[in-house]
Amino acid sequence: MTQKLLSINDLSILLPVGADRHYAVQDIGLELHAGETVCVVGESGSGKSLTARAVMGLLPAPHVRVDKGEIVFGGEDITKVGYERLRGLRGSEISMIFQEPMTALNPVMTIGDQIDEIFRYHVSMSAKERVEKALSLLVDVNLPDPAKIIDAYPHELSGGQRQRSMIAMALALGPKILIADEPTTALDVTTQAQILQLIKDMQKRLDTGVLFITHDFGVVADIADRVVVMQDGKIVETGTAKQVLQTPKHPYTKSLIAAIPRLKPRKARSRAAEVVLTTEGVCKSFGGGISFFGLGRANREVKAVQNVQIELRRGETLGVVGESGSGKSTLARCVIRLIDSDEGKIKLGDVDITKLSRNELRPHRKRVQMVFQDPFASLNPRIRVGEIISQGPILQGVDQEDASKRTYELLDIVGLDRRSFDRFPHEFSGGQRQRIGIARALSLKPDILVADEPVSALDVSIQAQILELLDDIRAQMDLSMLFITHDLRVAAQVCDYVAVMQSGKIVEMGPTAELFAKPKDVYTQSLLAAVPGKDWHFSELKI
Amino acid sequence: MSKSSKIFKYVGKRLLQGVPIIIAIVVINFFLLNLAEGDAVDVLAGEAGSATPEYMEQLRKRFGLDQPLPVQLMVYLKNVLTLDLGYSFRHEMPVNALIFDRFAATGLLMTSTIILAVGFGILLGLLAAMRLNTWKDNVITIFALITYATPLFWVGLMMIVVFSLNLGWFPTSGMTNVAAFYEGWDYVVDVSRHLVLPTITLSLFYLALYTRMMRASMLEQYGQDYVVTARAKGLTERRITYVHVLRNALLPVVTMAGVQVGALIGGSVIVESVFAWPGLGMLAFESLFARDLNLLLGIFLLSSMLVVAVNLIVDIIYCFLDPRIEVS
Repeated sequence: MTQKLLSINDLSILLPVGADRHYAVQDIGLELHAGETVCVVGESGSGKSLTARAVMGLLPAPHVRVDKGEIVFGGEDITKVGYERLRGLRGSEISMIFQEPMTALNPVMTIGDQIDEIFRYHVSMSAKERVEKALSLLVDVNLPDPAKIIDAYPHELSGGQRQRSMIAMALALGPKILIADEPTTALDVTTQAQILQLIKDMQKRLDTGVLFITHDFGVVADIADRVVVMQDGKIVETGTAKQVLQTPKHPYTKSLIAAIPRLKPRKARSRAAEVVLTTEGVCKSFGGGISFFGLGRANREVKAVQNVQIELRRGETLGVVGESGSGKSTLARCVIRLIDSDEGKIKLGDVDITKLSRNELRPHRKRVQMVFQDPFASLNPRIRVGEIISQGPILQGVDQEDASKRTYELLDIVGLDRRSFDRFPHEFSGGQRQRIGIARALSLKPDILVADEPVSALDVSIQAQILELLDDIRAQMDLSMLFITHDLRVAAQVCDYVAVMQSGKIVEMGPTAELFAKPKDVYTQSLLAAVPGKDWHFSELKI
Repeated sequence: MSKSSKIFKYVGKRLLQGVPIIIAIVVINFFLLNLAEGDAVDVLAGEAGSATPEYMEQLRKRFGLDQPLPVQLMVYLKNVLTLDLGYSFRHEMPVNALIFDRFAATGLLMTSTIILAVGFGILLGLLAAMRLNTWKDNVITIFALITYATPLFWVGLMMIVVFSLNLGWFPTSGMTNVAAFYEGWDYVVDVSRHLVLPTITLSLFYLALYTRMMRASMLEQYGQDYVVTARAKGLTERRITYVHVLRNALLPVVTMAGVQVGALIGGSVIVESVFAWPGLGMLAFESLFARDLNLLLGIFLLSSMLVVAVNLIVDIIYCFLDPRIEVS
């Protein structure tokens, strides 16, 4: 047995009075050994992040505090030690990396300064030694050109580079424990694979115990030694990765695993003859401003979408996949003319909508509707749900009564209670809000639904429900869908056709099954290779 | 391109952009002021008590006031471009000499006001945020609220009543003790003593504003993720407050301070009148009633140039404070 680093015994964390439950975390216990990775898995609100914070003594006091139990590290109970001792442990013995490396780094300090602080506050080293150590750390985490990055500000780095810098910072003093709170959730899939590999490599070198918080079972399959599943503040299942992933016992674990979209393409269906949407040579660039009196330098121009050709037929779902910055959202916005494309044609049926004026466009607007990514930001918080849904038809000339009737029907279709009509969006959960968003899009009886990452802000079990709902609706109403996503697993599940975008261009397009089985383009291959948990065979799973 | 040469180029570009802005301001001001009833001749004639219409015509002709407005504007613009702001009939002095003389007094008042308001505003805001929900925070917040709500002129009058008349600590008005003919160091001390009350009066409102802003900004920054990171790195709370949070919290305050320099000139009209401070504000006030349009236009021109310059300075400071802002 390896050395035991951390043990959490009977820990309960109290939530402030008036919260939806009494305890954020209740009577949990877990252990972490040197060189081991323990994944804490759960959906939002399960208490997994607070557990991690408690280990660092970083609970948002005084509202949230440890009620009882102990967190033992090196013979000391962290919940009882004084502030100075705690400060001494943080960053040197126990370190943490976070989900969003952009906000987790101070925007107005250089990476070098932010690494330097750790040395200054924990060990005594000369300035020269500190710089050398920082540089060697940046080399260790495989950052290109460390001499330049040490003087760079966070905004000058890419997401992956920022997370590498965070890891360098966290591992600066060779801590015994690394707590990783969803460190790859905000990253692209290929970057995610690299960061996971980096964490594994560093762990091997330093024999660190890693407490890895995640909601993604794919990631768990890739890195976990042991797994702890949390639900509503309680641990419902623990075991080795193999046990939990292949023979889950608790019904909640089973349902979570069942909800994970499989990287198994759906069966091909026969294509309809009717083409509802085509784009020909669509281009869109941003930037490239006009200089003033020849003095200002023209801004750099970003070609977001370059010469894109797609064809969408009735009743089918076309997935556009790609990493952030690939231009997939810009393409979606061009298609519904939220922004105007620079060149090319976008045809709805036979009508080219790129040249239509606002008034001419209006009757065509209702034919294409959009479902947005963020169900919290995309609904007006001051308007009641009924009005949100019925507004569109009323603006298009449907009378009030018919619009209301239709709204009630739509609420039924998306699986919401009819009483939702008079409520405000904030009274609903994320998944329910996304249902409202879908009902709103459907209210105009569109031919085409453009869904821009409709499930990426949702928990995995909710995600599965929404995907199912979208597919049902598509079949029921004979809709066509343009489905934008970064998640190949989601694309595999819902799309008939897939177009892979990179740097504004479509690099490969084809029927889902064919494209996933025999990717031709190097980029598609690398995307597929980076999907977390791809080696984990679901077929062995008995649910 | 290096950062300094980039900034140099940027300053040049901004100054060039300032030229059309200032010309537009001059033109608009010119028409606005001419909308007012009466001209300098009416005022002069009224004060003289008796003036024949013929004499008034003659005066108008001498001042060029008999020309149609567009012609007057063109003449004025031509003069402005050669840096000649005209002649003040009221003071019988060239406008240039008059406003540059007074500008020093206003510049002094404004500079000390900005330093006091921004400096103490940041300090008090910082203190309130660090001692959140303690008596210190409460005292500072209530002080800020009261001064924020008190009219400027009333504060000025009360300052005079309390500190000059009753306590006799500071002089009631003016910029120097005219009768004393101080020189050298004594002169500096004399001006500083005269400067205290107007500066405090003018800065109180802004002080309150920046205190509130700084407090809110600090609290907002304390809630950011990078603060959690800093704590997780085992830094001391001192380091977190003074290095991490403070610099980020300063950004909105600096922006606001830059925007308000223009408003400060407006505020100085009242304060200068109350304390008889011989600055531009008081000059503007007098020249308005004397319909001394040349002088008024000159003051406006100078103020607008000042605002353009200050905005430029603030933008440059900002780009040093916040590396995310790139000059272009």
